Amino acid sequence: MNLIAELEAEQIAALGHDIPDFKAGDTIRVGFKVTEGSRTRVQNYEGVCIARNNGHGIAGSFTVRKISFGEGVERVFPLHSTNIDAITVVRRGRVRRAKLYYLRTRRGKSARIAEDTTYKAKKA
Amino acid sequence: MRSGIIAKKVGMTRLFMEDGKQIPVTVLQLENLQVVAQRTDEKDGYTAVQLGAGAAKAKRTSQAMRGHFAAAKVEPKRKVAEFRVSADALIEVGAEISAEHYLEGQKVDVSGTSIGKGFQGAMKRWNFGGLRATHGVSISHRSHGSTGQCQDPGKVFKGKKMAGHMGAARVTTQNLEVVKTDADRGLVFIKGAVPGSKGGWVTVKDAVKKKAPEGLPFPAAIKSAAAEGGEA
Repeated sequence: MNLIAELEAEQIAALGHDIPDFKAGDTIRVGFKVTEGSRTRVQNYEGVCIARNNGHGIAGSFTVRKISFGEGVERVFPLHSTNIDAITVVRRGRVRRAKLYYLRTRRGKSARIAEDTTYKAKKA
Repeated sequence: MRSGIIAKKVGMTRLFMEDGKQIPVTVLQLENLQVVAQRTDEKDGYTAVQLGAGAAKAKRTSQAMRGHFAAAKVEPKRKVAEFRVSADALIEVGAEISAEHYLEGQKVDVSGTSIGKGFQGAMKRWNFGGLRATHGVSISHRSHGSTGQCQDPGKVFKGKKMAGHMGAARVTTQNLEVVKTDADRGLVFIKGAVPGSKGGWVTVKDAVKKKAPEGLPFPAAIKSAAAEGGEA
């Protein structure tokens, strides 16, 4: 393992975040820490994960899309961000591609994702 | 004036801070960084320290350099560089400098050889705008355009920005912040990018345009002295 990979692995271990196994198509809830003045609170953001980028490494990120007041909203979160309180998987989706950018052009019924009822948790 | 250091560019990564910020950092590594020679006023007319870094095979080192390293009682070095210092900041020959030479939050200047780009046009090399895409322009969309006047002066002025070789030149980036140091592995984390490719040698000096912070190790952070201090 080269030095950079070593340093990144160390940092991920030191951050100690519990990141669940999820992929594009899953509906997830992200608890994001918001600072208002001096106090911080956790704001939940729930939607469909439409993309995961750069794997599990320190540079990893994921995109969550939701329809808010009739308007499509997408947010990109760094996977290891210290601002993320928790990530919870609400629903497992069955999709056939890794990036669900086609959802951007769809609304309502056609933007639905079938539930994956055969999901098996990966062995640790 | 303190000595600088020679370091190897390892690569870039990011650091996540407690407050949620991400900092892009370049990781520099100190490899067997030792003082090889001193330059003194009496002998050389100026004061400086010559540092050496890395490890070179003895059989690949020239006879002359082998003698030079032997005189300092150090292993043959891959990279040697001189740093001008004030007379009171001379470091004894053979001393090994540690990564704690720099403090967190301190500003430094980093010099290195930039990545070579080969022969490049005026648009990439000097940020020229090029010519128009249409309106009768043919073949010369990325050309530099006019290079000067007419019969008077009748020549292209020296230093005119034109196409040519780009990169692979010595570049200094000033006022970069030291984010973190790791003395055990000899690592210095510097915010932002540093000239050169991965595995290339760079020199780091205290920033000339910023005031040095208080508590800097003077004349240098020496490795063996730190170890002895820890035991005592």
